Amino acid sequence: MEKFEKLTGIAAPLPLINIDTDMIIPKQFLKTIKRSGLGVNLFDEMRYLDDGSENPDFVLNQPAYRDAEILIAGDNFGCGSSREHAPWAIKDFGIRCIVSTSFADIFFNNCFKNGILPIVLPQEQVDLLMQDAERGANARMEVDLASQTITTSDGETISFEVDSFRKHCLMEGLDDIGLTMAKVDAIGSFEKQAEQARPWV
Amino acid sequence: MSPKTLYDKIWDAHLVHEAEDGTSLLYIDRHLVHEVTSPQAFEGLRMTGRTVRAPDKTIAVPDHNVPTTLDRAKGIENEESRIQVEALDKNAKDFGIHYYPVSDVRQGIVHIIGPEQGWTLPGMTVVCGDSHTATHGAFGSLAHGIGTSEVEHVLATQTLIQRKGKNMKVEITGKLMPGVTAKDITLSVIGKTGTAGGTGYVIEYMGEAIRDLSMEGRMTVCNMAIEGGARAGLIAPDEKTFEYVKGRPHAPKGAQWEAALNWWKTLKSDDDAHWDKVVTIRGEDIAPVVTWGTSPEDVLPITASVPAPESFQGGKVDAAKRALDYMGLKAGTPLSEIKIDTVFIGSCTNGRIEDLRAAAAILMGKKVKDGLRAMVVPGSGLVRAQAEEEGLADIFKEAGFEWRMAGCSMCLAMNPDQLAPGERCAATSNRNFEGRQGRGGRTHLMSPAMAAAAAITGHLTDVREMMQPENEPA
Repeated sequence: MEKFEKLTGIAAPLPLINIDTDMIIPKQFLKTIKRSGLGVNLFDEMRYLDDGSENPDFVLNQPAYRDAEILIAGDNFGCGSSREHAPWAIKDFGIRCIVSTSFADIFFNNCFKNGILPIVLPQEQVDLLMQDAERGANARMEVDLASQTITTSDGETISFEVDSFRKHCLMEGLDDIGLTMAKVDAIGSFEKQAEQARPWV
Repeated sequence: MSPKTLYDKIWDAHLVHEAEDGTSLLYIDRHLVHEVTSPQAFEGLRMTGRTVRAPDKTIAVPDHNVPTTLDRAKGIENEESRIQVEALDKNAKDFGIHYYPVSDVRQGIVHIIGPEQGWTLPGMTVVCGDSHTATHGAFGSLAHGIGTSEVEHVLATQTLIQRKGKNMKVEITGKLMPGVTAKDITLSVIGKTGTAGGTGYVIEYMGEAIRDLSMEGRMTVCNMAIEGGARAGLIAPDEKTFEYVKGRPHAPKGAQWEAALNWWKTLKSDDDAHWDKVVTIRGEDIAPVVTWGTSPEDVLPITASVPAPESFQGGKVDAAKRALDYMGLKAGTPLSEIKIDTVFIGSCTNGRIEDLRAAAAILMGKKVKDGLRAMVVPGSGLVRAQAEEEGLADIFKEAGFEWRMAGCSMCLAMNPDQLAPGERCAATSNRNFEGRQGRGGRTHLMSPAMAAAAAITGHLTDVREMMQPENEPA
């Protein structure tokens, strides 16, 4: 997995609440058997008009935000399905960090598996970052995972919380499976004990 | 010992390892797999030379992409869909996991066939790369959706890295009124808590109205826990649960059944267990409901009207404006005046035999409104066979419904069953998101009985107006 240490980039504002996984990546793009190439279809139904051309009103189509690497989003971002195609599409587009007041559990979890940092902040701080993001390409923010801070284009610093294990994995680019494989003896002895206790499983 | 919730007890029984910071390794008893969220995971195993640790605990079935037309034996026309299903065929064979191919009569939606085949049992941990895995919580198992990276993790290690969630109690007291079903309960809970109300929690549903539900109804309630933000929802097992499980192909037998039953009977929350959040709703207060917007929390009794966006607060004002625009609705319109084009009965929420019985009870001797498209997609081949045996299929066909083969179908429209732009559907599925049933399609969620009533009148309808005393839906 790609490491996440520090990111300085343009933040795009997407204040709509309850952005669901069908909005992030509609089902017709779930038929792939690969992880790559989904960025072009990120937010497909909002981003493209019926004739397939770009919707100029959509934030990521506006010149200032085409290279956005950070998303400042409304409440409950990523609700809906477990499709990991959602973070795959976000990452493939080039976004590595999402800030909101809340995320859906499964989406939140999926982000960390793909080198994306989701950050939960109180409403006032999300509002402040949203205003900063609305200033366009000049508003470059810095996200520093080591110090757990976001610095706005005005130099204001906001601290955020992150689970220590997830932070460690993101900063080192660690593969979960490899970590768990190191506990294979514990899994083996659990299986023996469970086989005794619940042989019908 | 300190008092525990049912969730606490299942968690403790599956804990392989817990680090100081609370990061835990949880053992997984059943891993269900479908074709959409698994190909990259199997590919990951191949690339790293890893194997499936517990193939006997891994069960696969194609459901999202499969055609539901009667001629589907001739194959899948869409190339990408076909490749995805063929990939599952191959992965199931190569890795030696249990498999129900499209041609098997037992094929169906993964969350319907798990319980049907007795794979899902009380007290288990169950995962699947699908958010509606919460369905299996109806058996008193801890069941939730996972992403594809986690699918690969479970395939390789039979465990999942987790942090324990908080405990939430949702109590539905008293009795339900006639015409009110499990779907109305689960939608009403989401209407009250919002789609993020359960985020970070595992919900346990309890109370008389939950106890009174059949296993099918309980599965409907737990299925939509995720629409309320909770990864998992569960219901303590009782005699109904044991009765449902007994004799299923993969349920324990003989002495093992007795041993299992002894443990299962202990699976309930202690009286003085701690709850981080409690929601209580009176069963008598729940009405038949429909959704009006593009989030499952946009739900109101059928007797209400489309709300004004200004009646909401914060970000919901803009979200409601956008929803009304997308849905082509005006504030103040009575919900029962909304005309529909299509009716879809099926999905992992409402594709079980009881759902088909409830819809057929309303449709008996009636016709689908002229010009309306109506389809029933049974949740599994066995549900389909049973409905044919009970004469339900004839009722649907005589009413003018298409009688389809099993699959996810128009719930998420990955197969050819889709809405056209602007087409309005009364659906028994679980999500009314923009574009969910097809780009530009408009979805109103409701119970099977309500969908059947809408099919007859051509508009959203209060099923209570159609009910005869002798054929009240369960």
